Order: sequence, then C-alpha cells, then structure tokens
Amino acid sequence: MAEQTRGYVPTYPTITAPTGLWRWVATVDHKDIGVLYIVTTLVFFLIGGLEAMFIRLQLIAPNAKVLDPETYDEFFTMHGTTMVFLTVMPLLIGFANYLVPLMIGARDMAFPRLNAMSYWLLLFGGLLLYFSFLAGQAPNGMWFMYVPQTLPPYTTGPGPNYWAAGLLVTSVGTIAASINLTVTILLLRAPGMAITRLPLFVWTVLVNSFLILWALPPLAAAMVMMLLDRLVGTHFFDVSAGGNVLLYEHLFWFLGHPEVYILILPVFGMVSETIPVFARKPIFGYTFIAASTVAIAFLAMSVWAHHMFTSGMGLTEDTFFSAASMLIAIPTGVKVFNWVATMWRGAIRWTSSMLFSIGFIGEFIIGGLTGPMLATVPVDWQVHDSYFIVAHLHYVFFGGSVMGIFAAAYYWYPKITGRLMSENLGKWHFWLTIVGLNLTFFPMHLNGLLGMPRHVYTYPNLPGLAELNFWETIGAFILATAVVVFVWNVVASVRFGRIAGNDPWDAWTLEWATASPPPPYNFASIPPVRSRRPLWDLKHPENPDPR
Amino acid sequence: MGSYDRLATPLRKTQTTSGPAAAPPQLCRFARSALRVAFCALRFARCALRFRPFPSARHLNSIGRLSGSILAVGLALGLLPALAAPRSPFSPASPQAASIADLFWFTLIAAGLIFLGVEGTILYSAFAHRERPGREASQFHGNTRVEIIWTALPALLLLVVFYLTVRTMHDISAPPGDPVEINVVGHQWWWEFSYPKEDVTTANELHVPVGEPILLHVTSADVIHSFWVPQLAGKQDANPGHVNDITFTVSAPGTYLGQCAEFCGIEHTWMAIRVVAEPPAQYAAWVKAQQQPASRPTSNLAILGETIFQSQTCGSCHAIAGTSANGVAGPSLTHVGSRATIGAGVLDNTPANMERWLLNPQDVKPGVLMPNSKLTPNDAKALAAYMESLR
Amino acid sequence: MTEQPTSGVVNHGGSDQLGREAIRQINPNVLGIIIFISSEAIFFLSLIVTYVVYRGASTSGPGAHVLNVPVTAVFTLFLWSSSLTMARVTAHLGRNDVAGVRRWLLITILLGAIFLVGQGYEYYHLYADNVTISRNLWASTFFTVTGFHGLHVLVGLISMSIMAGVISPGENHPWGATGVEAVSLYWHFVDAVWVVIFPVVYLWTLIS
Ligand code: HEA
Ligand code: HEA
Ligand code: HEC
Ligand code: CUA
Ligand SMILES: [Cu+2]
Repeated sequence: MAEQTRGYVPTYPTITAPTGLWRWVATVDHKDIGVLYIVTTLVFFLIGGLEAMFIRLQLIAPNAKVLDPETYDEFFTMHGTTMVFLTVMPLLIGFANYLVPLMIGARDMAFPRLNAMSYWLLLFGGLLLYFSFLAGQAPNGMWFMYVPQTLPPYTTGPGPNYWAAGLLVTSVGTIAASINLTVTILLLRAPGMAITRLPLFVWTVLVNSFLILWALPPLAAAMVMMLLDRLVGTHFFDVSAGGNVLLYEHLFWFLGHPEVYILILPVFGMVSETIPVFARKPIFGYTFIAASTVAIAFLAMSVWAHHMFTSGMGLTEDTFFSAASMLIAIPTGVKVFNWVATMWRGAIRWTSSMLFSIGFIGEFIIGGLTGPMLATVPVDWQVHDSYFIVAHLHYVFFGGSVMGIFAAAYYWYPKITGRLMSENLGKWHFWLTIVGLNLTFFPMHLNGLLGMPRHVYTYPNLPGLAELNFWETIGAFILATAVVVFVWNVVASVRFGRIAGNDPWDAWTLEWATASPPPPYNFASIPPVRSRRPLWDLKHPENPDPR
Repeated sequence: MGSYDRLATPLRKTQTTSGPAAAPPQLCRFARSALRVAFCALRFARCALRFRPFPSARHLNSIGRLSGSILAVGLALGLLPALAAPRSPFSPASPQAASIADLFWFTLIAAGLIFLGVEGTILYSAFAHRERPGREASQFHGNTRVEIIWTALPALLLLVVFYLTVRTMHDISAPPGDPVEINVVGHQWWWEFSYPKEDVTTANELHVPVGEPILLHVTSADVIHSFWVPQLAGKQDANPGHVNDITFTVSAPGTYLGQCAEFCGIEHTWMAIRVVAEPPAQYAAWVKAQQQPASRPTSNLAILGETIFQSQTCGSCHAIAGTSANGVAGPSLTHVGSRATIGAGVLDNTPANMERWLLNPQDVKPGVLMPNSKLTPNDAKALAAYMESLR
Repeated sequence: MTEQPTSGVVNHGGSDQLGREAIRQINPNVLGIIIFISSEAIFFLSLIVTYVVYRGASTSGPGAHVLNVPVTAVFTLFLWSSSLTMARVTAHLGRNDVAGVRRWLLITILLGAIFLVGQGYEYYHLYADNVTISRNLWASTFFTVTGFHGLHVLVGLISMSIMAGVISPGENHPWGATGVEAVSLYWHFVDAVWVVIFPVVYLWTLIS
C-alpha cells in the first residue's frame, strides 16, 4: 500500500450493524439508503396519486363540487410537485444508490455519510413541503409557480414559501447525491470496468448527475429570489419596480426542462438493462445508446424556452428553441430503434418486467411523438397550456418514467429482497395499467383540442367535454387499482415471494454475481470484467463477448 | 437458470394456441374475446388470491386485444366531435387558424405513421420472437449502417417540419395593413377590450368585423393571463408590463368561444372569452351603439335600481358612461345588458341570473374580486332590472 | 468462492489493462469539490445574469453609481492576494510541512476576513444612506449577488479555520492533505467569482 501515494483508500465507517428501527436511522450503507429512498418515494407516489384521484373526481362532470376551487389549485400544484420532485427524481436516485456500486463492483458510494445526508434532506424537504397543509395554505400556483401570481398581493398565504423552502432543502440533497454518484462512477469502478464497459444504466446515471448539477442551480436562484421577494420585500419580480416576469420563466424552465429529462434518462438506462436480458441478446448498438444519452443531455440544456412559445419572447427565439427541441427527437429515436433492434430475433421472455419494458417503449413514444408536434411553434400556440400538454406530460411521465420504473422494480426486486415478486399479480398490474393509462390520458389530447385549458377546477358543458372527462376519471380509477395491485405485490412478496437465488433472470451484469440481498461488503470476490457482460463471459467461456 | 424456468413454463405451454384463428368477422371476435376475458377474470382472481403463477398467455392476449379494440373505438368516437366542435382549433374560422390546423394535421399524420411503424415492429417482435422451445436468440451486437439510417431519416423529416414551422410562424404573425386595433387587458378574472380609435370600452365579449384584419395588443393589469380563441388564432400570454400582438381575420360571421389559458389564480376557470364576428355593417352599428352613454332606465323597477346603484359603492369599481360611476377595477357596465354572459362566462345573462350574481357574487364565482354587497332580495331585483336595461 | 471479502483497496487506484484510467488517480475529495464548484458556478451565473438583465431597469431609486469603487477596489486586492497565499498553502502541503500549511492558512484567513470587513463597511454605509435590499430593484440584485458571495467567503473562512485546527499529516484522510486541497480549490473559486462580480458590478459604473 505504501506505493499508493495518491491512490484513494476510502475510509468507510465501520459497520456495527445495529438492528431494528435504529438501523435505518443510523445507516450509511448504500443499499439501506437506496431502500429508504425507494420506500419513501413510494409513499410520496401514493400521496401524489391520491391527490390526482381527487383532481379526477372533481373533473368527473361539469360543475362538480368535490373540491373547492382553492383546494383544487393546491392539489394539482402539490400533485405535480410531489410527482416530479418527491417521487420520480428521488426514486431514480434511490435505484442508482442501490445499484450503481453493485453494477460497477464497488463496496459502497464514495461518500457514505454524505449519502445518508442526501436522503434525510429529501425526507425533511418533503415533510416541510407537506407541512404547508397544516400551516394554512399549500402551494397553489402550479408546479412551476409563476410570478407574480405567487407573490403578494395575489397570493398572501404561506404556500409558496413552503414550496421554495422545501424544494431548496431537497435540492441540496439532490446535488449532494449527484456529486456522490459522479465521483463513485468515475473513481470506484472495479478493475477492468472501463468507461466503455459500464452498464448502460450506470451511463445514464452518470450523465443524469451532471444534468442535475448544472440545471438545478438556476431553479435554486429563482426560488431564492422568490423567497426574498415574499419575505424581505425585494423587487425581483415586481413589475412596477421594473421587474420582469419572463426572467422567472427563463430561470424556472432552465431547470424545468432538463428536469423532465432527469426523470427519464435513468429510466432509459433501466430498460436498456432489462430488454437485453429478457430478449436473451446483447444490447444492440451500445455505443450509440450511450452517445445518444450524452447528446440528449446537451440538447436538454438548450431547449428550455419551448415552454414559453406563447410568452412573447419573439420569433427569433421561438425559431431557435423550436429547432433545438426537434433535434432531441433524433437521439431519442436512436434509443428507441436500438431497443427494438435488441428485441429483434431474440427469444423474448414475457415476464412482468419485460411486459413493462415493452409497454414502456410503446407508451413513451406516444408522449414522445407529441413532443416534436409541440415544438412546432404555431401548433404550440394552439395547444400550449391546454389538456393536450397534460396528455403529453403524462404519457412521458407515466407511460415513460413510471412504466420503466415498474419494469425495473420487477427486475431488481429479487436482488433487493431475495424474493421474486408474483408474476401473476404482475400481469394483472400490467394489463390494468395499460388499460387505465390509455383510457385516462389518451382522451386528454382531445380535451385540449376542444379548447379545455389546464388548471381549471371545472369546465362548461360544451359538446364532448363531459363524456371525455367522465371516461378519464374511470380510467384513473383503473390506474389506481393497478397501483394498489402493485403495492400489494411489493408488500406481500417480501414474505410470500419465491426465493430468488443470486441470479434469477440469468443476467449478465455484476450485481447478479453476489447474494440476494447482497452482504454489507457487496461482493465476496468480483468476477473478472473483460467485456460489457462479465457474467456472460463466465457462463459461456466458449463464446465470450468481444472485449 | 432454474428459478426462471419454473416461472416461465406456464406461459410457454399455451403458446401455440395464440396463433391466428380463421379470422372471423371483427365483431364476432370482439364478442368472443369479451367472453373469454370475463371467464378468465374469474380464474385470475382465484390465482391472484392464492398467489400462484399467471394461468395462461391466451387470456393475456385476449385482454390485450379487447382493450385494443376498446381504445380504437373510443379513439374514433372521441375524434369526431373534436373536428367540428366550437372552440376547437380544428374548425378554424380565420386563415391564420386554418394554416395552423393544416400544419397540425401534417405533424399529426407524420407522427401517426411513425407511431404505427414503431408500435407494429415492437408488437410483431414481442409475439414472433417470443421464447419457445428450440428457439435460440441471435447474438448480434450492432450495425453502424442502420444506426446512420435511423439517425438520418428522422433528421430529414424534421427538417421538413422545421421549414413548415418557420414559414407558418412568419405567415401568421405578419402584421396586417390598416387593421382594426383593439387593446386587450387581462384582469383577475375578466377581460377588458378597448377600441382606441372608436373610443369604445367593453368586457368579456369582443366584437369584430368579418373580413377585416384585426390586431390585438394583449397585456395584463395584474398577473399573467393568456388570450386564446382556438378557432381564430393561437394564444398569446397577457404579461404585466409587456404587450404581445395577435393578428387574425375572421372569415365567417359567428360566435367564437375562448378562454384564459394561463393559470391566473382561483377563478382562472371562469375567464372566458366570446368573440362575436359580424358583417361590417352590423359591426359598425354595434360600435355606434357602444359609443352612446348608458340609456336612462324607463321601468320603475329599473329606476329604483339606479338609485340603489348610486347609494352603493358600485361606482367606485364600475363605470357607467353618462353617470358619475367611473371605477376601473371591474368591467364597464355601460352596456352590460347587451352582453351574453355575466362574470366572464360563469352565468348566462338573464334577469334571474343577474339577480343571483348581485345577491352574492362569491356564491356564483368563489373568490371573485367583487364583494358581496349584502343587498336585500328586493334591492337585488331592482338592481338587476337596472343592469339589464343598460343595453 | 472461498476468498475473503476484497478490501476497498483492490478496487481503487489501479489502472486496468486498457490504460484509460488516469482519472482514477484523482482523489475523491478533490474530484467531489471540483464537481460541486461546477454546480455552484451556475448558481452564481444565474445571479449575475439577473443583475445584468436588471441593470438600469429600476424605475426609481439608487443605481450602481452610489457604490464607492476605490474603497471596494482596495478590499478586492486583499481578497485576490489571498489566492496567492493559498497557493503557498498547497506548496507546503506538497512538502508535507504541516506547520507551513497552518501558517499560510492563517494568513489567508486574515486576508479573507479583511475583505469581509470591507464588505460589512460598505453595507453599513449603504444602509446609513437608506439603500437597503428592499429599496428598489437594483438594490435587491446588488445585495443578493454580493451577499451570496460574502456568504461563500464566510463558509471558506470557516472551513479554512477548521482545517487549520485539525489538519493531520495523514495523506488521504478528509482532515488531511486532500481536505486542505479541496478547501483551497473552493477558495480559488470564491475568488474567481469575485473576478466576475467586481467588474460587472463596480467597474461597469466607471464607463457608464
Ligand atoms: C419525461 C419527460 C418528458 C420527455 C421525455 C419529453 C420529451 C419531449 N418534449 Fe415534453 N414536456 C414534459 C415532459 C417531457 N417531455 C412535461 C412535464 C411538459 C409540461 C410541463 C408543464 O407545462 O407542466 C412538457 C412540455 C413540452 C413542451 C411545451 C409545451 C407547452 O407547454 O406549450 C414542448 C414544446 O416543445 C415539449 C417538447 C418535447 C420534445 C420535443 C420531446 C422529445 O424529447 C421527444 C422525443 C421522442 C420522440 C420523438 C419519440 C421517439 C422517436 C422516434 C420514434 C424517432 C422518430 C421521430 C420523429 C422523426 C419525430 N414538451
Ligand atoms: C411522474 C409524474 C406524474 C404522475 C405519475 C402522474 C399521475 C397522474 N396524474 Fe398527473 N401531473 C403531473 C405529473 C404526474 N401525474 C404533473 C407534473 C402535472 C402538472 C401539474 C401542474 O400543472 O402544476 C400533472 C397534472 C395532472 C392533471 C391536470 C390538473 C390540471 O391541470 O388541472 C391531472 C388531471 O387529470 C392529472 C391526473 C393524474 C392521474 C389520474 C394520475 C394517475 O396516474 C395516478 C394514479 C393513482 C395513484 C398512484 C394512487 C393510487 C393509490 C390510491 C388511490 C390509494 C392509496 C393511497 C394512500 C394509502 C395514501 N395530473
Ligand atoms: C371591489 C370592486 C367592486 C364593487 C364594489 C362592485 N363590483 Fe361588480 N365587479 C367587480 C369585478 C372585479 C367584476 C368582474 C368579476 C369577474 O368576472 O371575475 C365585477 C362584475 C360585475 C358584473 C358582471 C359584469 C360582466 O360583464 O360580467 C356586474 C353586473 C356587476 N359587477 C355589478 C355590480 C354592482 C351592481 C355593484 C354594486 C352593488 C358592484 N358590481 C360592486 C368589482 C366590483
Ligand atoms: Cu386569466 Cu387564467
Ligand atoms: Cu421541455
């Protein structure tokens, strides 16, 4: 060791393995923290989903009176904020926490204590945000909290303060987690795990972490300015003092747009792991998938103002952002085509995980294809801020991110718990999801085309609207049933699931080379890494992968 | 491998039965799958309770097919009203909205074709390349030539879309020569329309001449709103401290509905817009009528209403030309009786509704910035009569 | 499969057969702080862009001309010279000279503290002239940009003090050499931010 003058010897905290509840409080183990993240975000998912159910109930018929207008505004704001910042983003960080060290053959993250801090900041930020309900007013100005609507005198209650403060707290945690993940991936890889051999999930986590690091600060700045305006009486967004409301929009969407890719890139990585395993084939076009991830991340930083086509930026700006947005379709298409090519002439196993992966591609592209339509500026002038956008965003968020996460859940659950989830319930879950998802969100395109704006607590009884909204609410209940089935499967399989063994899927990445669940030190010994599929090489010594 | 196989066997066993049947008529197939679904739902439930493996792939497929058919039918039924409905960008009533609709159709069809292509390939592959005994997965890793193809083809298509985008965008934003200019100001939660040349101010109901270019200067008095009448033009935000222009030419007389499209607070829902497009002669007559000061009430009830109006604080928020009322916090009431709705679309303008509004606007439109004046029912009736007389 | 759990050492530091692993020679603490700085830089960029966008937009009240440029320039020199003394810190670090490291750290702290005092002095005078953060748009942006920078200087001073107190000769320990290296990078960053803020906020008033 003496010759290792600058080489890093991590100083891991000693593992004294406390038990019971205290184990979860004191833990600095990346797997425990990953589980904490996943469980916490699952609870937030249910809360956000519950809010969505109330939204749908209120919209079931024209002039329904389930929620009063003020509560409706709070619910859609908290629904969007919860799903984006407290569910999918931290859920993906949780999966990354659990899986990245295992997949690259490391013992833990680079900074275990920082890792624990990230999680607790998420939890406290989330609780702070939800405390607003008790403090008299939840945030009620959309998940993007446009000024001046969220400033006095238009909003005098404390809601926006909780929004900004809560999200600032979680943001610090998110930034810390991203630093941790980047350093871990760059420095702690097992011998032989070259950058060009990283599992694609790890690739997307790496790129995603940089996206978080470089996109979150402007949002933090905007939130600081909003807080100062509300608490100290500054004039950042005070039009009469010379303030400019478009500045807030720019600052928000400079994060807001990358944020939506932050919620999908790791999911692209997840299905890039599941599809090859269940098609029994190597991933098609590894290099192109990895490169397109980088391309998407770069483009994602330069398209934010496509959320502002109607704000009156000017035609030149519109043109630029339109072109940049359309370009994203190209690398995303590359990914889609590569997944399809991976399935092609495979021997596809219809496991729940694979069904969700296939469903992911199928549903994601519906939302994806409306993307370039929205980037078509004049079309956006029509459909902006209408239910067409709500349809787009749920197809990419639910049909994309959440479906992909379900695929990942069925795939990695046996690694995390040691038991398989019920395939039977899994299929129930899948088909209910497919039916519910499309019944809920497809008609929303039409709502938008019938002139129904977003963020309305009710709508006039014009032709078609009542029928569409009714069926959407029915769809939402089917979707909720699907979620209940899933949650039951997650909970019950901990006890009743079939014992999984180390490698239930006959997979090829390093995490399957250790026990399920892995021991605290992760690996007894790390298999040699000589290609992108180290375990394939072990199992098929006669036909190893090209290096 | 073991544990996986145990799990996959039941799926595989019934594989062969899912091949194409003798293609019965669509309806018959639909009914058959429906029956099959009902039947197997029972079996599913049984197995689900016992936490057993999924019974059979055949039933899976029928569920899939059934939901597919439902979706297709639903889609077709759903699309129909969208094409001709009032308030739809797909029934344009101006050349500007028409060129957006054309562009929209183009992108929709292009996206639809890509969708069918990709989705078809996925489904084909999922079924045709499914694991079955004796089937080995091919072990190929990639192919640079196809990567180039599927990078280049979308790029070409997008180039076309981008060209059309830029062209349409400039076409429909070109400022017209000698337009009818109207200032549009968004308020929480109503629209103020003023015609500077004609010296007319009105609210929520925009009158325009057919066939003449219209130029709207859109801004806001408080928070961000967005002016959207789908059949006439795309939307533009009404930003405080900033003016955005919208231009269009209405091609047919009629009433076109729209709504504020940017969340602007608790009553964003009821911030509707009615555009009444009339032939030029009728429009000129309307302008002329609007230029008149308010007509004097004639019925006794309305005269009583007028005195109540003056004894209340109404005039500090509302203007009635020809009287001392000159407030600007609320819509001008000079010709309120001639408008079709009350409270930016929340009620039709009938005497009974007007009474309801005046008795307690908070009840009709919770959160509205007009206070409850706590009128007695009789006063409200009189006041409503006065309002309705202001034509 | 009878081997003992591999210790952390095996995974790290070595280059693999491909020889592409130069980056792994970087210490995690140092890499972590570099990545953190890249994120912070964008935060300051947002604030500075806001300042520039809003320059001259105020509808009333004071503007940048109320600033006392010469005085701030003097204090600026203190801040920038602290980057030079920080370079001495890292030089002594390379020689494993703990006493030298500590000495230069204290000098750096002193210079940074003088800058902060200067900022306090400036704020005090502005406050006396009734130029407060809520006075007008310009004042809001001015105090936010310089205030956040001052806050970062303060954090730098605190972490330098901690390092000066606890530094031990160990190589890889966070309290050891790499910790000091991380703090020094952070300090250079704080100085660099002022290299942007000083011209934009202060010098700009001289030419307009
Ligand atoms: C996971 C999240 C996610 C993803 C991946 C995307 C993907 C895309 N989005 Fe989306 N978007 C959102 C989440 C997301 N979006 C959200 C949440 C909003 C609303 C925010 C709010 O207001 O609340 C929004 C809103 C939004 C707008 C603003 C609309 C408005 O408010 O007026 C625009 C405008 O350009 C846009 C464009 C795009 C584009 C071009 C893509 C592209 O990346 C899509 C690329 C994918 C495909 C195109 C499909 C696969 C490709 C092929 C099969 C190849 C061939 C295809 C072609 C040649 C076209 N999105
Ligand atoms: C990942 C992101 C995500 C996800 C998964 C969802 C999921 C859902 N969303 Fe959401 N949605 C957003 C992100 C998301 N949404 C965003 C960003 C907005 C914009 C907000 C804004 O404009 O500010 C939005 C807005 C939005 C609207 C528009 C509101 C408006 O503009 O007025 C609607 C309306 O129908 C809606 C509906 C739904 C429904 C029915 C679901 C369903 O999928 C939900 C499924 C149901 C569940 C998950 C719950 C299941 C469980 C139970 C019912 C019982 C158990 C509960 C407990 C024990 C606590 N969403
Ligand atoms: C504090 C200000 C205020 C006072 C006082 C006030 N109003 Fe209003 N009024 C408003 C506002 C604001 C609106 C627009 C409400 C909306 O649609 O959101 C309005 C709307 C109306 C409308 C509907 C106009 C339309 O075109 O939709 C009528 C009629 C009306 N007021 C009558 C009255 C009468 C009569 C009184 C006195 C008894 C009165 N108002 C007192 C602010 C006020
Ligand atoms: Cu005005 Cu919404
Ligand atoms: Cu976007």
